[in-house]
Amino acid sequence: MSDDVVLEMRGIRKEFPGVVANDNVSFEVRRGEVHALLGENGAGKSTLMNILYGLYKPDGGQILLNGEPVVFTSARDAIQAGIGMVHQHFMLIPVMTVAENIVLGTEPREGIFLDEHAAQERVRELSQQFGLAVDPTALVQDITVGQEQRVEILKALYRGADVLILDEPTAVLTPQEASELFEIIRSLREDGRSIIFISHKLNEVLEIADRITVLRRGKTIETVPVEGATEASLARAMVGREVLLRVEKKPSAPGDVLLSVKDLHVSDHRGVAKVRGVSFDVRAGEIVGIAGVDGNGQTELIDAIAGLLRVESGSIQVAGRELRHANAREMLDAGVGHIPEDRQRRGLVLEFSIAENIALHDYAKEPDSKWGWLFPHRLVTRAARLIREFDVRGGGPLTRAGGLSGGNQQKVIAAREISRDPKVLIAAQPTRGLDVGAIEYLHRRLVEERDKGRAVMLVSLELEEIFSLSDRILVIYEGEIVGEHGGDVSEEQIGLEMLGGREPAAA
Amino acid sequence: MTEDANIPPETPEQAAATGTLAARIALKQRAGGITVPVITAVVAFLLGGLVVLATGHNPLLAYRDIFDGAGLNWIFHPTTNVANTAAYNLTQTLLQTTTLILCGLAVAFAFRCGMFNIGGQGQYFVGLIAANWIGVDFAHMAALPHILLAISAAILAGALWAGIAGVLKATVGAHEVISTIMLNWIAIWIAEWLFGDGGPLQNSTQPQVPVSNAISPSAQLPVFWGAKLLQGLDIGIFIALASLVVYWAILNRTTLGYEVRAVGFNPEAAAYGGINVKKNLIRAMAISGAFAGLAGAIDMLGYLYQFGQNDVPVSQVGFLGIAVALLGRNTAVGVLFGSLLFGALLFGTTHGLTSNVIQPELAGNLTYIIQGLIVLFVGADVLILYVWNTRKRMWPRRARVAEASA
Repeated sequence: MSDDVVLEMRGIRKEFPGVVANDNVSFEVRRGEVHALLGENGAGKSTLMNILYGLYKPDGGQILLNGEPVVFTSARDAIQAGIGMVHQHFMLIPVMTVAENIVLGTEPREGIFLDEHAAQERVRELSQQFGLAVDPTALVQDITVGQEQRVEILKALYRGADVLILDEPTAVLTPQEASELFEIIRSLREDGRSIIFISHKLNEVLEIADRITVLRRGKTIETVPVEGATEASLARAMVGREVLLRVEKKPSAPGDVLLSVKDLHVSDHRGVAKVRGVSFDVRAGEIVGIAGVDGNGQTELIDAIAGLLRVESGSIQVAGRELRHANAREMLDAGVGHIPEDRQRRGLVLEFSIAENIALHDYAKEPDSKWGWLFPHRLVTRAARLIREFDVRGGGPLTRAGGLSGGNQQKVIAAREISRDPKVLIAAQPTRGLDVGAIEYLHRRLVEERDKGRAVMLVSLELEEIFSLSDRILVIYEGEIVGEHGGDVSEEQIGLEMLGGREPAAA
Repeated sequence: MTEDANIPPETPEQAAATGTLAARIALKQRAGGITVPVITAVVAFLLGGLVVLATGHNPLLAYRDIFDGAGLNWIFHPTTNVANTAAYNLTQTLLQTTTLILCGLAVAFAFRCGMFNIGGQGQYFVGLIAANWIGVDFAHMAALPHILLAISAAILAGALWAGIAGVLKATVGAHEVISTIMLNWIAIWIAEWLFGDGGPLQNSTQPQVPVSNAISPSAQLPVFWGAKLLQGLDIGIFIALASLVVYWAILNRTTLGYEVRAVGFNPEAAAYGGINVKKNLIRAMAISGAFAGLAGAIDMLGYLYQFGQNDVPVSQVGFLGIAVALLGRNTAVGVLFGSLLFGALLFGTTHGLTSNVIQPELAGNLTYIIQGLIVLFVGADVLILYVWNTRKRMWPRRARVAEASA
């Protein structure tokens, strides 16, 4: 790694109405280094990168590229200067081929037509050079998320990116895909390219980065080399205080079976069989983790238990009561609490206030309402109490839920579900996209609820989360439970079962 | 968790591109508050003024003329004597306002449940028909029960008519915009047939005149300002004002309104919360139609008393209700002001013109120009939002000063 600085951002400032998103932020990227930008959600990482990529105009500060000050007024400027960005959400056209997507905007032409052959050739060269295995002739709609990401990276490389920004690249990947991505990043570094790796996951940053710049509340806290940094030291810098990274929990003391699922069959909205003969029990006072790669029937399993999807056959019992045909309201009333997978689309009505969101299950009951007449002040009183109890920050009972950060939105949902005193608590991806502090809180809370004698069913795509919380682990693959373990099984074993027992395909 | 105050707000453009209709409107409200609708109206008037200018007339005089024509100059010398032109014009404007409030609520309520009810006109007609039928046929009832019966029948008719669109949406997913437009035409042709030659509701005395019987006096609403024979202002306006309160209370103080808003903002979250989304779509459409049906009843019992076949294709109140609701941002207060504005335009440009600044035909069209511009601007919400936010981005300081002084 040489010491010459490719890119420097100096004293960047960006204000949004009422918020200073970046306040005098400075950092530099060297040639051939992986530079991690670490920070909690809302620390200003994305704003900073959007400025670098020409999407936002900074209110102050300077960008220096190879020592020359530059001003980008659009992404096109940034691309021409050799900066590429892979967003968290991919921007590919599903009906076009991989090669077509990559060359879009700067197509090799034959007359007025796209030279398909040349495009494919060019993509093949690039993908071989960096070990980015992807079929240039495949349609984007047919490839996996991990491959889509490779296409985005190839697209940036095709446009000549020397500095590649990866915005939370592992958020959508399975553990295997993530380690393949790291291989790709390493080969890009070998080639002398610089990578800006945005993340809030400590272990990843420690694994891949050469240097780490920590942002907190829009300010640069420090830039440190990876040597000597530890998870604890980085977490402290990110959050500004000591953080408990490991969940402390006593051994479980399982009681009665509160949730019993037997030979359950469920199809999704298109009629595709997604849950195929699943059986398991969750007892009072235990956390059962369900591990699996996304799309293997977890969503449908949860929806069936929550009364949101019709059960084709089999049985669901809550505390001994058969509830196979129950609708959502009946399930809620039977004592099933559900922290849903997608908090913004399903868990909250973002336009509603916190108070109204907390009433989402109970607005039709006393004391929230009587004979159809709603008592808003009662909603507010209860919300105020729960806001204190669950440490929701960023607003009061009348604050719009959409105005809260992800962590606080999740706390509002947790407050609603837990305050109803459920027998069974389903937590689907409860910490997805949250920062360290919020994860710590929610994990602790889930263990506390377990210790109060609730049956907790945890569904997560993050193996680490499954391992740190679960008393028992089930592995779901293509709608079937393919493995059941105590908490002492190895990550490799679970990882293998998640892929249906097959060896992970070589990259 | 110490970082929470520091979230860059989601950019409204992004959110606007994804959310439901109701969510987008709420978003816009936050973005511009009352400013945007006011700007919308002002710009529409300015452009309307340019049209007047293009015809070689003075727009200021034209607007002044419309202002006086609508009776709004009454505030400068108030009198309850309708022999005074201003007072008379004002009563006529308020008659229009009454109808528009209810037609506006019909659109607004559906909006709050995430649906676009374009069927206000048809729902208004079925209400009008029901009220005429009860008003004519149940002639020997006492006044109060007769009026109540006629109003109830009209509300029910409007609710059922709109409910068809709700059922179609909830069961087979037919889009309410399409189904309500088609229901409009069905209602219009039913009205043409009922009031027309030999139609069941045609008058019994003059078979060659395609007009209904007049409702019996027992069904007529009391007139409190002006004379009944001169189309005075009836108590329907109080019913309309009460409906505004009812609208607000249903939405904000009942579990029904909670469900309507939840479904409107985020049907998936509503379903997750245990709310029956389909039931709510049907019910919200029916309530929407009830407001429009009530509008038909109030017009029939308040001052029309009878209805002619030739008037059927002329009536536009249901469509004006869309503009009222859009301009009023689906709030009770907004609908009130929107109705006053359009009521004044409607009467001020057509009947009340006192001078010859512009020809009445042009003046009447001016109303439609302004209406169209307002719908266009409000419909182009993303555009307005974009301009609004660009302004903030480009001149943050000036924008803040402007807000502080606003």
